[in-house]
Amino acid sequence: MTDADWGTLSNQAVAAAGVVYFLALLSHLVEWSALSGRKRAAAQVASGGTAAAGGSTLVATGPEPEPENQRVALFGRLGVLLTGLAAAVHLLSLVSRGMAADPNRVPWSNMYEFTTAGTFVVALLYLVLYRRLALAWMAPVVVGIVVSLLMVAVIWLYEPVGPLAESLNSPWLVIHVVSAIIATGAFTLGGITSLFYLLRLRRTSKGAPDRGVWARIPGLERLDALSYRIHAFAFPVWTFAVLITGPIWAHQAWSRYWNWDPKEVWAFITWVVYAAYLHARTTAGWKGRNAAILALVGTATLWFNFIGVNYFTSSQHSYAAPAESVVDVVRRT
Amino acid sequence: MTAAPTSSGERRPGELTFLELLRWGWRQLTSMRTALVLLLLLALAAVPGSVVPQEGVDALNASQWKEDHPTLAPIYERLGLFDVYSSPWFAAIYLLLMISLVGCIIPRTRVYWRALRAQPPAAPRNLTRLPDSASYVTDESPGVVLERARAALRRRRYRIRPSSEPSSGPSSEPAGVVDDAVSAERGYLREAGNLLFHLSLLVVLAGFAAGSLLGYQGGVILVQGHTFGNTLTQYDDFAPGGAFRTDQLDDFCFAIDDFDVEWLDSGPNQGMARGFAADMRYSAPCPRGGLGEAAEPDRYDLRVNHPLSIGDTELFLIGHGYAPVVTVRDGNGDVAYSGPTVFLPQDQNFLSFGVIKVPDALPQQLGFDGLLYPTYVGIDQDGDGVTDPTNVMGDLRNPLLTMRVLTGDLGMDTGASQSVYVLDQAGLEPVVDGEGKPARLDLSVGETATLPDGLGTVTFEGIERWQRLQISQTPGKLVALGGVVLALVGLLGSLFVRPRRIWVRAVRTEDGTLVHVAALDRSGSSDLEQVPSDALENLLTDLKEKP
Repeated sequence: MTDADWGTLSNQAVAAAGVVYFLALLSHLVEWSALSGRKRAAAQVASGGTAAAGGSTLVATGPEPEPENQRVALFGRLGVLLTGLAAAVHLLSLVSRGMAADPNRVPWSNMYEFTTAGTFVVALLYLVLYRRLALAWMAPVVVGIVVSLLMVAVIWLYEPVGPLAESLNSPWLVIHVVSAIIATGAFTLGGITSLFYLLRLRRTSKGAPDRGVWARIPGLERLDALSYRIHAFAFPVWTFAVLITGPIWAHQAWSRYWNWDPKEVWAFITWVVYAAYLHARTTAGWKGRNAAILALVGTATLWFNFIGVNYFTSSQHSYAAPAESVVDVVRRT
Repeated sequence: MTAAPTSSGERRPGELTFLELLRWGWRQLTSMRTALVLLLLLALAAVPGSVVPQEGVDALNASQWKEDHPTLAPIYERLGLFDVYSSPWFAAIYLLLMISLVGCIIPRTRVYWRALRAQPPAAPRNLTRLPDSASYVTDESPGVVLERARAALRRRRYRIRPSSEPSSGPSSEPAGVVDDAVSAERGYLREAGNLLFHLSLLVVLAGFAAGSLLGYQGGVILVQGHTFGNTLTQYDDFAPGGAFRTDQLDDFCFAIDDFDVEWLDSGPNQGMARGFAADMRYSAPCPRGGLGEAAEPDRYDLRVNHPLSIGDTELFLIGHGYAPVVTVRDGNGDVAYSGPTVFLPQDQNFLSFGVIKVPDALPQQLGFDGLLYPTYVGIDQDGDGVTDPTNVMGDLRNPLLTMRVLTGDLGMDTGASQSVYVLDQAGLEPVVDGEGKPARLDLSVGETATLPDGLGTVTFEGIERWQRLQISQTPGKLVALGGVVLALVGLLGSLFVRPRRIWVRAVRTEDGTLVHVAALDRSGSSDLEQVPSDALENLLTDLKEKP
């Protein structure tokens, strides 16, 4: 295959992945609507049942086979299967993107590629942790976010395949960017969990019953613990990406390991906000609601830094435009 | 720990002595709540620096911004918004945060030190009341079970409370109570990690401060083949730290002999430059007679992401560009100017702007400003029948120099500093051609143009390259790096080490030996409850397994 063929394949694969993610989203939405359609008592039986069912989807889980329960189980599993398929196609698009460049390179060197790679990591982490952390309840939200960000990437951020800008040509491109993207994916999942925590807190304070979808979403304590667990993984990875590999690379490429460049500033802000989240969780008066709000603020600064900074400010990290280092010094005599 | 009663008897309740006030203030400052607020303030205070151009980051952009906002600029200036990260209010926040941190860490270190030397606490009377507990009955004797529990816990690296021998203590307690249980604890490293993390932040700050106080950042644009000797006067811009001393400058000199750029001729990024590398010759120390005297100069392949270290100094390739070589003969026919002049690239295709000042020209001083098109193509872009000069790419495929001619007073005798990239037009007038239009020179390499009014001639001899190098010393950078690495290690410990206590009690009953096992997670992060019960399960399996 020629480079152009790889490039075409990559574009087609992204489109295909987007379509399959969308189908997965539809499937999960059907699942949720089926959930909210059935009675509360039945819901409790089913949520225990679907978790345990594992092997066969069409086997009735309760003593009385209810069509609603079957629909929930069927579309839930279909959604996960479709998400897995979409992630595989998504990976294919990333690989072929790297193959399309001459010389071949890693597929994350401009905003389009950062975003496609970042969304892939979100999907991958969700799939990997699906069973371990029992993430079925967040399926539609994760898939919805992935498909939206993928659309943003394809519609607004797309750039043709090109070789690496000179400053990116370094082994740190792999270490620094991969760790930053992994942390971004994990923080996003953590943010979703904290969002649900806040929503549930509101419901609980209003005394609303756990009907429909809410019967499936974990309780407050578990959401809080889950959110902490995800953030506790993401925070050291982010520290590694932003405060260790970032400065080392910046020192090599730009001569200053920390230059208060807008991207660095916002990475620092994100770090401080998440540090505050970790402290808040153990502080009286801050744990619970305020900590969850801090986690959401962290997610907001993270994504603003990821996409926004490149467009709103001039940054050495501006990979929005393929800029060469243009010299603009004023020499005095 | 109550405050000592003061001599004055008529104190109203709630009134504090100065010392008490201090203590109260200290306690407030070092409370977690204050630390949280300070953390959020720090995040908030960092924002303006990413919005307002910073002098330390992008001086040109900052001065441009000031010109564009004449009313806001003085206010911002007073607030320190052009230099947020060294402004007093930003420093106040992080210094308060550091004080708060130290105030929190010192007592915790003391507590931790004591905890390290203490033994795990004795088993609570009723183990079944703990959230994670289990019990079973066996026909083995309590001693055997407890011994096996000790061995199993020791294998899992628990610290075990030494069993008090029945003979050693005063026998006021019933002997069975003293010795019927094993107490074990592990995960001491969590708090150690926590302390390490916070202390390392101080190390990072110290390293960072050392770098900005003792280091310097210098820049130079060097025309290829010219020699740079590392003295202050050779730098184009030089930003020393507050405690920098000139004798810190390392003794070396270098020149760039060759420069490779690879231009893309095809593909979607056609015209983009890829991979540039400077072939550099250097000598440290610099020989007395200059670089040319060096018997065996060292060579280095200077590239982006591939800096050169000489002593404490590091050299970075930051950018490159073109310097057209122009010879100007004045009205008398004498060579008034000859040599390469640095033009600054305006875009990624290296369309470059520059000025040439000829103060020695007679009868009048001459000035030129204009553009260098590395690959000039005349295309009628807007269809009006006039060719628009267009620069297609950065490589020198068809270079064209197009300049305005001015004459008069260059303003260089006033003694005020003047940018070499700008003409001071106050005393200058554009030279007009025979038709009364401003004279314009369009020169290809090798061409000579004659100026109107007998002012002289201009010859475009050729083009040389220049490279921009950043030369800097960053002391303390390894201290800062080591600090962050330690902080990360500490962070991992504080997040993932799980301090836990386990108790095993074996009591003889009528049915056999009743064994209670209980675990307590002390990580304080109310993490998923799964983990202590896992530890409990594993221990139970080990205990029930008879050798």
